Amino acid sequence: MLHTVNKSPFEKSTFESCLNHARPGDAVLLIEDGVYGAVKGTAVSGQVAKFNGDLKLYALGPDLAARGIKDASLMEGVSVVDYGGFVDLVAKHDVSQAWL
Amino acid sequence: MKFGILVNEGPYTHQASDSAYQFTKAALEKGHEIYRVFFYNDGVNNGTRLTVPPQDERNIQVNWSELGEKYKLDLVVCVAAAQRRGILDESEAKRHGKNADNIAPGFRISGLGQLIETGIECDRVVAFGD
Repeated sequence: MLHTVNKSPFEKSTFESCLNHARPGDAVLLIEDGVYGAVKGTAVSGQVAKFNGDLKLYALGPDLAARGIKDASLMEGVSVVDYGGFVDLVAKHDVSQAWL
Repeated sequence: MKFGILVNEGPYTHQASDSAYQFTKAALEKGHEIYRVFFYNDGVNNGTRLTVPPQDERNIQVNWSELGEKYKLDLVVCVAAAQRRGILDESEAKRHGKNADNIAPGFRISGLGQLIETGIECDRVVAFGD
């Protein structure tokens, strides 16, 4: 299953809910303000790191760029994809769950 | 693969409308089929032709109409959500005694059944919203 999260973890708890409900092997794609959840050294990054490995984490490149977040600021294990990669992730997983 | 897109947020609110548009465009460019784009709740505001954003800014509404025309997309606005927000086509305007309609080119007004059908017919449904 693919999960998408579009809000910052410092604004809403959808990323946390997503992490707690996702199953091992699931993919989580951070988009829009959700990409703040992929930054290392934040108040939530320790929590996120616990799921790293069981879950595959992705962040949308154009949304990172729009917020001035460089690849070097990302947590280990986060893969950056563009919109085409987003489409591929949806196609690859049988269900997409948007945590709105 | 056959995709359905659900847009629950209006233009210029946060980013959902833009994300949905970029995703739809990328999917089409990869050769996927977009079975339908369903605009629900505040998402119906993407379907008024009366928006006039500054000329040096993206025009979200026109983007949808142009993409719709290029790929013959089925852009559907939920009727109940549209009525509440003043999005009317000619027949809806007439039916409710309004003196104008504002539905954008390429959009059509229909019911929630179209969303259910999208879920049944598509391999994937992707939701964008707030």
